[in-house]
Amino acid sequence: MATVGYSKKVMEHFLNPHNVGVIENPDGYGKVGNPVCGDVMEIFIKVKDEKITDIKFRTFGCGSAIATSSMVTDLAKGKHVDEAIKITRGDVANELDGLPAQKMHCSNLAADALHEAIKDYKNKKQQK
Amino acid sequence: MSRIYLDHASAMPVDPQVFEFAKPYLMQSFGNPSSLHSVGLEAKRAVEDSRRKIAEFIHAENESTILFTGSATEANNLAVKGTALRNITQGKAVVASAIEHMSVLNPMKELQKNGFIYTSLPVDSTGMVDLKKLETILSKNMVLTSIMYANNEIGTIEPIREVSKLVHEKGVYLHVDAVAAAGRIPIDVQKDGIDLLTLSSNDLYGPQGAGVLYVKPGVRIQSVQLGGGQERGLRSGTENVFAIAGMGEAARIMQQEMKQESSRLLPIRDSLIKEILKIDQSYLTGHPTRRLPHHASFRFSYIEGESILLNMDMFEIQVSTGSACSSKTLEPSHVLLAIGLKHEEAHGSMVLTLGRSTIMDDVEPVSKATYETVERLRKLSPMSQEWRK
Repeated sequence: MATVGYSKKVMEHFLNPHNVGVIENPDGYGKVGNPVCGDVMEIFIKVKDEKITDIKFRTFGCGSAIATSSMVTDLAKGKHVDEAIKITRGDVANELDGLPAQKMHCSNLAADALHEAIKDYKNKKQQK
Repeated sequence: MSRIYLDHASAMPVDPQVFEFAKPYLMQSFGNPSSLHSVGLEAKRAVEDSRRKIAEFIHAENESTILFTGSATEANNLAVKGTALRNITQGKAVVASAIEHMSVLNPMKELQKNGFIYTSLPVDSTGMVDLKKLETILSKNMVLTSIMYANNEIGTIEPIREVSKLVHEKGVYLHVDAVAAAGRIPIDVQKDGIDLLTLSSNDLYGPQGAGVLYVKPGVRIQSVQLGGGQERGLRSGTENVFAIAGMGEAARIMQQEMKQESSRLLPIRDSLIKEILKIDQSYLTGHPTRRLPHHASFRFSYIEGESILLNMDMFEIQVSTGSACSSKTLEPSHVLLAIGLKHEEAHGSMVLTLGRSTIMDDVEPVSKATYETVERLRKLSPMSQEWRK
């Protein structure tokens, strides 16, 4: 069944997003999107023993862009980086009880930002 | 906290007097106006009575200039396609301002696909059409120019009389979409020099489901919807008698109240603008003075409009936005791009349209909610970082 508007969960995360902010000297940093398209997300992670111990985000975008960012940080926190990198856009949408069809692609970039942050962490580790 | 509805450009409540007036046409005088029996004639009378009221509302020559349609979108389609196709022997060039409603622009683009030459007339940063440019565009083989009376997203009122003079020097037809302006500022199709004019019922506190196309006597158009030949054969389809009767009554009441209501809303609108522009990096969109009395539109840097709309709704305040994320096409508003905003600027827009329910006491909670909304979203935004430093 097609949904009307956003789910209750999306609105909860939009109004009270979890893990908002910046981590100074993060172990990994990912940024996706483009202000021209109306969505920019950045994710900062702290990693200890391959586990994501802290995660923060900042987002410019619509309701679902903010809610998916909040949700992906919840899903990733405490996970092993190899587990966290498996989190998909679909997982994020499911955990939010779905997104309106036209939002599935454009405003569901949060998982991509997380993947970028983890890749950044792995690159930095290799260079050490 | 009670609701503060500031999205009258999107939808308006039906005036209770209008509803009472039109109600009998749903269940008692429900006849088909084309039926010759008494039940049909009652409905027919309601349609003709409404036609007369609408003609008075825009000071038309006579009531047979008024064609009822199912919506303003349909009236715009009929105006653009019906006029261009009927007068194809005169020429195949058409022009519309860059900030017209999609129901004008998309039919224009369709004409272009079918061999017409379509030119988009630019506007300046306040949304005013470029008259000098119009003069150079107009040519002998031009059949139709479409310029709106006032814009629904930025509130700018266009110089229709000057446009009309230019257009008629070349002998081409002028269509004016007056959906946003009607009932807010006086419209006189004869003095203004308008050949075709679009109106919407709901934008006058009438029921949804009725629109009007005024066609000046002698202006030739053809139908774009074929059928049983209603509305002089120019718009077939059984009339929505309830909506049409309501629209006429709504127009009559609007005409009576317009002057008083507009001067009541003007100081409320000005206070809203003054208070909201106190927010850092906030800007008025549209013309600062030549704007509709019930219209206040803004943009805020570093944030996005759909988030603004959702956040304001949490304060029980309903607003509108030209952001891409809130549109079906996921494109930012063509109006905001036409006045020269960058994509990222066009995303952060908020439109307030006032109505009969709006009072001066709304200004404080609305400005406060706007301030809090903008603050909260900027704290979330990676783009405001640099600016704060």
